[in-house]
Amino acid sequence: MNREQVRQDFLEMIKPHVRIPDLSTISDESLLTDDLKVNSARFVDIILEAEDRFKISISDEEMERFERVGDAVDFICKKKIAA
Amino acid sequence: MARVVITGMGVVAPNAVGLDAYRIALCEGRSGLAFSQQMKDLNFGCQVVGVPPVSDELAERCMGPLLFKNSNSSMKYGAIAAVECWRDAGLELPTPDSDADWGTAAIIGTCVGGIDTIGDFVAPETNAGRVRRLGSSAAERVMSSCMSACVGGLLGLGGQVTSNSSACATGSEALIDAYWMIREDRIDRVLAGSSEPASIYTWACLDALRVAMRQSNENPRAAARPLSASAGGLVPSAGAAILMLESLESAQARKARIYAEVLGGHSNSGGQRNGGSITASNPEGIQRCVKQAVEVAKVKPEDIDYINGHLTGTGADAKEIKCISAALGRNLAEMPWINATKSLIGHGLGAAGSMESVATILQLVNGFLHPSINCEDFNPEIAELRPRVPQTAVRAHSRIAMKTSFGFGDVNACVLFRRWDN
Repeated sequence: MNREQVRQDFLEMIKPHVRIPDLSTISDESLLTDDLKVNSARFVDIILEAEDRFKISISDEEMERFERVGDAVDFICKKKIAA
Repeated sequence: MARVVITGMGVVAPNAVGLDAYRIALCEGRSGLAFSQQMKDLNFGCQVVGVPPVSDELAERCMGPLLFKNSNSSMKYGAIAAVECWRDAGLELPTPDSDADWGTAAIIGTCVGGIDTIGDFVAPETNAGRVRRLGSSAAERVMSSCMSACVGGLLGLGGQVTSNSSACATGSEALIDAYWMIREDRIDRVLAGSSEPASIYTWACLDALRVAMRQSNENPRAAARPLSASAGGLVPSAGAAILMLESLESAQARKARIYAEVLGGHSNSGGQRNGGSITASNPEGIQRCVKQAVEVAKVKPEDIDYINGHLTGTGADAKEIKCISAALGRNLAEMPWINATKSLIGHGLGAAGSMESVATILQLVNGFLHPSINCEDFNPEIAELRPRVPQTAVRAHSRIAMKTSFGFGDVNACVLFRRWDN
């Protein structure tokens, strides 16, 4: 799975949680909570879904790394390579 | 003191989803009860249940994909009923970024709210040591106020948003509490009703108590038999109904269509004394409730045209009839028309009072009475009542109707409505 595929899958996954009108503005620099208005209370659900979808496991500490879209995508890619 | 009217309704019932479909199903005397293979496989005595035919597509359309994904059955039913009620009241659905609607409250009650989430998800995952897998939404799904909180967020309600709970009197009690909120000028509008989940864990408790009907598993539509000599117990069901109660002034200011006026009501308890218990009513409690409701409504007993009874298909039916007869001072042969919606939709527990209140209003407004099915072999103890119970649909231009509900805990609720004639 290449990075672009992971990125598309990740964006598809977080789409129901994103509360901005124009999804085409999302970039790797977009902050999940501040820019995309993802409810921070729902973060745990995004993590669980990422674990299921990408068949990886994410610890509570690693969860902290999901700040920007790019960070999350890079993290998932690294985890998949290691798996 | 404000007058209180009903300007919108929404319903998710075992025999129909939506007001028009429900009206037709009631008129046709259509049962929403069916055999349950799951209950048979799990060795239930009663293997008949009423579950609303709700599609995922409808629920997701009402709730949005995220809320739909994080919801349980009572939240889905409540949301569908609330959205229909809101639209039926002639109101635009708010957007997530709208201001809070400070002038509208919600009292949407339940008997056992989030039990399906608890039984199907939280308990097994927790006991397997997988607490983390519960995710963020387990908390909002297990709480008893899950459906009122869900509706409150969907509609941006800024008044009190709460869930009452008084067993099988819940739905009627919600209407009474909402009535007083508006009557006392505390708020203009209240979404009032209730929602009950579809869960084998609830039904299991009723089955173990041996109050559910066991003798009709092979003939599900004949299972719910209020007023019959062969009544053998209640048939559990699920669903939701919500009514928009509004001050007359507010309704007229926005030129809302008005179905009926809520004349008044009363809730009380029999104290589990004098023949009452956790599962049985104190006859004096019932009579006091009915008399007080009639007094609050300022009607004469002889002016009541129609009663939608609690009438569960258990041994309590005859007691209920005799108590109401005594309270109204009307002998059985001279009682108002009376029918049992539970003969068609089973016992919706917390949702019963509200689903049956919607049935009451639909009959008032549309000039008919639905049949009380499955009482061809009428209970001989109250034989004189038989001519007052329609066993086929009849035309009836009822003006004043009374809804009675009685619940475990020896709790009683009685509310009166008058058709609105412009």
